Amino acid sequence: MSKFHVTTQVNGDEVEFLCDPRETLLDCLRDKLNLTGAKEGCGTGDCGACSVTVDGRLVCSCLMLGVEAEGKQIETVEGIADGDVLHPLQKKMIEYAALQCGICTPGILVAAKSLLEKNPNPTEEETRYWLAGNLCRCTGYDKIIRAVMDTAADLREAS
Amino acid sequence: MALDDRKSGFTFVGTRPDRPDGLDKVTGRAKFGADMSAPGMLHGAILRSPHAHARIVRIDTSKAEAHKYVKAVVTRADFAEVPFKPGLEGEFWNVLENVMAGEKALYDGHAVAAIAATSALAARDAVKLIEVEYEVLPHVTDVDKAMAPDAPVIREGAADYSVPEGVHPNVVRYHESGHGDVEAGFAEADLVIEDSFVTEATHQGYIEPHACLGQLGADGKGELWCTTQGHWIAQKTCAALLGIETSQLRVTASEIGGGFGGKTTVFIEPVALALSRKANRPVKIVMSRSEVFRATGPTASASMDVKIGMKKDGTITAAEGIFRLQGGAFPGAPGDMTAMCAFAPYNLTNVRQVGYDVMANRPKQAAYRAPGAPMGAFAVESVIDELCKKLDLDPIDVRLKNAAHEGTKASYGPTYEQIGLVESLEAAKAHQHYSAPLKPGQGRGISCGFWFNHGGETSVSLALSEDGSAQVMVGTPDIGGSRASMALMAAEVLGIPYENIRVTIADTATLGYNDVSHGSRVTYASGLATIKAAKHAVEKLCERAAAKWGIPVDAVKWENGCAVPSGPNAGDFDPLPLAEITANMGSTGGPISGHFEATPEGAGVSFGIHIVDAEVDPETGKTSVSRYTVIQDAGKAIHPAYVEGQYQGGAAQGIGWALNEEYIYGDDGRLQNSIFLDYRIPVASDLPMIDTVIVEVPNPGHPYGVRGVGETGIVPPLAAIANAVSHAAGVRMRQLPMSPPRILAALKQDG
Amino acid sequence: MTGGQQVVEVDATTTGEILRELVRRYPQLQAPIDAGVSIAINGRIIASGLSEPVPEGAEVYLMQRLRGG
Repeated sequence: MSKFHVTTQVNGDEVEFLCDPRETLLDCLRDKLNLTGAKEGCGTGDCGACSVTVDGRLVCSCLMLGVEAEGKQIETVEGIADGDVLHPLQKKMIEYAALQCGICTPGILVAAKSLLEKNPNPTEEETRYWLAGNLCRCTGYDKIIRAVMDTAADLREAS
Repeated sequence: MALDDRKSGFTFVGTRPDRPDGLDKVTGRAKFGADMSAPGMLHGAILRSPHAHARIVRIDTSKAEAHKYVKAVVTRADFAEVPFKPGLEGEFWNVLENVMAGEKALYDGHAVAAIAATSALAARDAVKLIEVEYEVLPHVTDVDKAMAPDAPVIREGAADYSVPEGVHPNVVRYHESGHGDVEAGFAEADLVIEDSFVTEATHQGYIEPHACLGQLGADGKGELWCTTQGHWIAQKTCAALLGIETSQLRVTASEIGGGFGGKTTVFIEPVALALSRKANRPVKIVMSRSEVFRATGPTASASMDVKIGMKKDGTITAAEGIFRLQGGAFPGAPGDMTAMCAFAPYNLTNVRQVGYDVMANRPKQAAYRAPGAPMGAFAVESVIDELCKKLDLDPIDVRLKNAAHEGTKASYGPTYEQIGLVESLEAAKAHQHYSAPLKPGQGRGISCGFWFNHGGETSVSLALSEDGSAQVMVGTPDIGGSRASMALMAAEVLGIPYENIRVTIADTATLGYNDVSHGSRVTYASGLATIKAAKHAVEKLCERAAAKWGIPVDAVKWENGCAVPSGPNAGDFDPLPLAEITANMGSTGGPISGHFEATPEGAGVSFGIHIVDAEVDPETGKTSVSRYTVIQDAGKAIHPAYVEGQYQGGAAQGIGWALNEEYIYGDDGRLQNSIFLDYRIPVASDLPMIDTVIVEVPNPGHPYGVRGVGETGIVPPLAAIANAVSHAAGVRMRQLPMSPPRILAALKQDG
Repeated sequence: MTGGQQVVEVDATTTGEILRELVRRYPQLQAPIDAGVSIAINGRIIASGLSEPVPEGAEVYLMQRLRGG
């Protein structure tokens, strides 16, 4: 089967790749662009470990085809820090011990950043429902929710 | 192991620094199982049986082999013939049989053949070209049905010495233990309750599917990268299954995306190596989520009968339990563990417990956090709750009245050393959660839980650098922040800052043997080994200082990171910091390292108590957990934030097991819910905050008093939630999960 | 397996010696010991070690080999 040439923007950089029309955006990020931060936990859009944003919208990259990325702006976990300066969410996740194995962490960070961009003052319930698409099997979510809400508070204070 | 170096005042231990691998894990650069690739790499795919039980008549691989992108096809014939010893002794044979089916497919999802192709897509397409002819056989997936006289026999001769005569051949191991006279004890009781309970199999549900990258040459030398809880067991098993020398296979553990017991064995790793040997290229295999559910190691399902007698004052006079555990088509279901743990929290005069290990046409069970213990606790703690209710007694008071303590003869035999059950129960009783008023419609439940904990074979190496920093090499994969704990313990001994210590998970070629990261053993055993290795290095540091000062080595002691003279005749010298000794160690005797290799035996059992408030929607049958508190003895919390994390994670998994999660098999013996949409683990909006109390009753078997904390936290939730739900709904729930349809049915039956 | 006896006394200074002595006196115990046992000495559980010292007069208890997750 012939492959498609795709030009897209990932974390601000223009990139190109050739992909089979059956390959997902997640396959392309991981296997063609070596951006292995997004993880495949389920392949069915249930776990959120592959979360990225496409033109600012939070999506499971396992549910989107690589060819659909043409001309889009994609943000992944690799683009969250500003150079060597971590995003406040990244700092808080470490500070709160909000990760154990760390496999869900990239997806949680992408989803939480997306939440705070839309809602700088989420309630606990809003935070829990927003992150309900991101499975974590280690933490019971307690420290993750606290880290996200505390980051939101810090960011509000700073702005 | 004699410990003459107990410690109670700490500088680093008990603090909460950032974990050393934090940056890697929040930036996406940490390399997990599926994140590795190699030049010339092929992709593997595995063909799996669609039948629960079938004879494999013929496998035709010719069409797949002819596919232009296919480089190798393997079947059972491509593995070493491990000497066949039926039953429990041939564990390598059991693993081989599970990794690649021989004469029969034993469960839906059992691997039958595998291919390696130039891309993952090509592998997925080409694996469908393998033709298998099956003769479908009768199957059984339910534990009680598998023990019935007319059940199909899964494998003749699999039972071991322990199984009594006349029992169905699917029962492969039998356990019985206890003490006293239970019949006499029941006669003394004012109330005896006997009841039956059922739990379904659940999956560990780690978010990272199994993944590996293997390379094996015709010279019998190989490399394997994989996500595992123990790379030495992977090395040993793969070498045996492929007929190569263990030391010729170097295994590197990737970062691991959760294990909980499910990554303590191998599934795809020997297959990747067999494909690589045939294709002469590296082969990567990554499981899909559906493969993880169908063909890795879920927990056992259980059917249990429990009978307990109690006096009006709450004294338990006798307790008896029969625990039947189904562990898939291989020996190994932990019926013995269930039996031994079930009554372990209590000081009993008369107790008897029986455990069965039963085979059925399901995947080979693997450990899942305190394997076997949660099911037994569900049955026992439910009956105790019912007794408390009928006798109008406070559930914590009753448990305190019967609680095991130092000197109690445990239900499983030995006499307890120092344990923290009474302290934990008292902390639970004093916790404001326990006295907080309940809202209408809410119910409150509590439960105790027990787990043995484990030591295991352990090697640790510690090397000092010239600049005074230290590198620690451990062999237990870091699943939940253990690098931080190791660095804290090394810092405590060496007296140098936590940040100056780098902890690496060594591969199998660079460190001696290490048992798996399981049995809650890492902070205990690798921690003990780290402390000992650091002390070994400190001895050498003191020798160098003694030589420099020209005094005997026993006149030098180590204090706050410095050698200092000690004793009346030592002389007067300024403290000599570690970095000053290491700066010229090359010319004062050579590199300074510390080592420790042993099997620490002193893990120290642990107990926990959970308090749960739940409410049940009578319209839909849905349960909401509104408040949750975990109280557990940690011995000594090295990094308290990660101890809390273990408590919270265990509780969350228990909530899933109690309310939602189950393996659902159709009449055809096929698993019906093999994706996360249908096998629903708790999501953030399902759970409340999970409060924790760390009780610290030191373990006499560890220099800092550590007890393992990873597993005990999943033992109490099933019963605690069942008790809360039963109070909220007004009906006793005897079957897990307490899914909405089951609760509605129970409410209806109750009228 | 020990002729009905639940409690037996043996002379031994390590866990391994205990097992060897038990098998010598009660050959029927070979199968369960081969299948894997853990030994508790005065309450301290020895999962698998055969060289652990056993103090004189110690209470020793045999259990099926413990496993973990």
